[in-house]
Amino acid sequence: MLNVDLARWQFAFTSINHFLFVPVTIGLAFLTALLQTAWHRGAGQGGRPPGTPGGGRDEYLRLTRFFGTLLVINVAIGVVTGLVQEFQFGMNWSAYSRLVGNIFGAPLAIEGLGAFFLESTFLGLWLFGWDKLPRRIHLLTIWAVAFGSVLSAAFIMAANSWMQHPVGYVMAHGQPQLTDIWALLTNPVFVWGYAKVLLASLVTGAAVMLAVSAWQLRHGGDQGVFTRSTRLALVVLVPAILFAMLVGDELGVIEAQYQPMKIAAAEAQWTTCQPCSFSLFQIGGGNRDQTPTQILAIPHLLSLLATNHWNGKVIGLNPLQAQYSKAFGPGYYVPNVFIQYWSMRVMAYIGVLVLLIGLWGLWLIRRRKLATSRRFLWVAIWGSALPFLMNTAGWLLTESGRQPWIIQGIMLTKNAVSPSVSTTDVAISLGAFVLLYAVLGVVDFLLMLKYSREQLPPSRSQIEADAPVPAVQY
Amino acid sequence: MVTFWFIAITVLWMGFFILEGFDFGVGMLHDAVGADEPGRRAAINTIGPLWDGNEVWLIVAAAAIFAAFPGWYATWFSGFYLALVLLLAALIVRGVAFEYRGKRGAARWRRTWDALLTVGSLLAPLLLGVALGDLLHGLPINASHEYTGSFWTLLQPYGVFTGITFVAICLLHGATFLSLKTTGDMRQRARRLGQRIAPVTGVLVLAFVSWTHAIAGKGALLNPVEFGAVLAAFAAIWLVYTRSEGWAFAATTVTIAACVLAIFTDLYPRVMVSSTSPAFSLTVHNTASGRYSLTVMTVVVVIFLPFVLAYQAWSYYIFRRRVSRHEFLARSAHDDPARAGAAVPPQPGASDPSQPGTTRSRSG
Repeated sequence: MLNVDLARWQFAFTSINHFLFVPVTIGLAFLTALLQTAWHRGAGQGGRPPGTPGGGRDEYLRLTRFFGTLLVINVAIGVVTGLVQEFQFGMNWSAYSRLVGNIFGAPLAIEGLGAFFLESTFLGLWLFGWDKLPRRIHLLTIWAVAFGSVLSAAFIMAANSWMQHPVGYVMAHGQPQLTDIWALLTNPVFVWGYAKVLLASLVTGAAVMLAVSAWQLRHGGDQGVFTRSTRLALVVLVPAILFAMLVGDELGVIEAQYQPMKIAAAEAQWTTCQPCSFSLFQIGGGNRDQTPTQILAIPHLLSLLATNHWNGKVIGLNPLQAQYSKAFGPGYYVPNVFIQYWSMRVMAYIGVLVLLIGLWGLWLIRRRKLATSRRFLWVAIWGSALPFLMNTAGWLLTESGRQPWIIQGIMLTKNAVSPSVSTTDVAISLGAFVLLYAVLGVVDFLLMLKYSREQLPPSRSQIEADAPVPAVQY
Repeated sequence: MVTFWFIAITVLWMGFFILEGFDFGVGMLHDAVGADEPGRRAAINTIGPLWDGNEVWLIVAAAAIFAAFPGWYATWFSGFYLALVLLLAALIVRGVAFEYRGKRGAARWRRTWDALLTVGSLLAPLLLGVALGDLLHGLPINASHEYTGSFWTLLQPYGVFTGITFVAICLLHGATFLSLKTTGDMRQRARRLGQRIAPVTGVLVLAFVSWTHAIAGKGALLNPVEFGAVLAAFAAIWLVYTRSEGWAFAATTVTIAACVLAIFTDLYPRVMVSSTSPAFSLTVHNTASGRYSLTVMTVVVVIFLPFVLAYQAWSYYIFRRRVSRHEFLARSAHDDPARAGAAVPPQPGASDPSQPGTTRSRSG
């Protein structure tokens, strides 16, 4: 193993872990804000006990508290693992940072100043401000948290999209210099990629809320309350996954334009085709076998996915390799075909599966059988793992598909690594992070389980009998 | 423009140490001041709503260096590789300790997170102090701006002494903060601790400033910043013994800010000194981003920073009230106190009108 290999493993490991928590945070922050808004709008009726006419809205306060706790547990890990991400660029990829800090660093700095401050300060205000702030202001603080998390995703996606498709710069003495910040923020890869990340976050947050509510319904939790959160989760989930797939399709077309290798590798398409079919599965294949056995090839589908045209042309990996060698000098420019092919399928199939589960739930709502269908509730609980797999597969597709480039067409990953950091150093840090993240992951997961299985906080009518609403504290 | 960004980064580091400085101090002292479980919780809750926002100052400071001086960021962060791994581990453990310690009732669970919080809060300012001290002292850096030493090269005496000094200032800063934000016995304990720490810190600051001045080698007399740091440290000693908690906290604030400022003013226009050859030193000029990038960032700072300062100040104003351990008595008796929405009537002492919130709303 070389320094660069270990550094890549470390970045992949820490990023994948970071992105387990981020979409939950973004999704749940938004959903919690919705819950609190629902409570706020019906707040006048909250004094009456639940179950009586007009008394239902109080349930939204209890749900806000309940899911707010789950949100906070996740934010903690999202924040600290995000710190590792930011430091790693300089620690492991100093040659990269030196070369493009003037472009890549700018969105990161703006993210910190514009979004992180907002998110963390207002999370503190929301968490501790229950009995200190007027209700309306307190409602604004959770929306500020949600807005901050959405904003921070925007800037980091703008930075990432620049690596996929560099725009808004000129080369000066072999170094890219930023000339147009708006180009970064209107980069088509960014616009569509960002939309996809937001939708995937909504899917993930909604799936977590759905699973927790389903568990509660299966295990004797308050039916009146958790049917509401199940319904909210499903109503958010289904359109979100549907749009995520549509946006993903458009993103595929854009990437096929700027990163043809990525899309060709995702179909293991070694030779140019027109029209191109999409194989549901293949036997063999991978990085050496150029003639895998395709199972169930759907005609024209790849053409549609990659070009939006029925008879679109997809250039194969071999001609692309010849083309790249000519343009950038000798070298192997094909990404890992095995990862591309299978991450593409895992992502797409899980997307369909999540959509089907969501539609099943909506159908049960119509039939008024949601709370009693034990089979659906069971699927909804275990199905919460699916969006996490889908997100991870999506990032593998995006990031591994960019290889061997760290910045498409500008810098190779192997040239980006820190010259002053030894392989031993990276081995030590990788070991340390794996150990640390494993412990944190287990703790987080157990706490999520514990709090998902908690009873609901008491209804306000019960609390008000003896005291005002207390602050959530450490 | 380049100088403006050097100043901006200096301000970000000062802001970070002023705000997170007392968070580190509280993290280290929460056990000593808190004494028992309700007390420890009260101590942690003095910074509960604030620490996360304070830590963002570090994130922004690092990102600003990345964007404005990529060469500095690249050399510093790759050179400090293992030290930063340790720093990240400390910050991670400390960050989740706040959130997780109260999430389960078992005493052993809590004591484990307490210990991790204390160690993390000690390691972080120590390592950051070493990192800042090394910038000025100089490290083996070659002509292509790459660090050529090992992990142990980082631990030269001046750097380590800077780290120890920062730990001491954070301790004192945390003690004055706690005496300002707690009531009763805790307030007294925080005061006494402050009185014990203050003289040691004063001596350390004096030695640190003299050493810094000697290394910078700029004339025989202390410059105003260095002089200010010493003056503030000695003022803090005097003030923790007299009864003015607010002024004592103000003095430790100035001390920590002036110590950071002293390093950066003595550094300028260099950002990272090379001990191999002065010609290889990193400066604001040979590491800076292009003019356009700096202009964009300047516009962003001018727009966003006033907002950030305003809402952080507002958040300090909202949470200005002193925290009493009485608030946590009832909860700690329960098995599972931190559950969202657990109904606990506040004790009468919690909002004692005889102890009005005296914390100044500050924004760094």
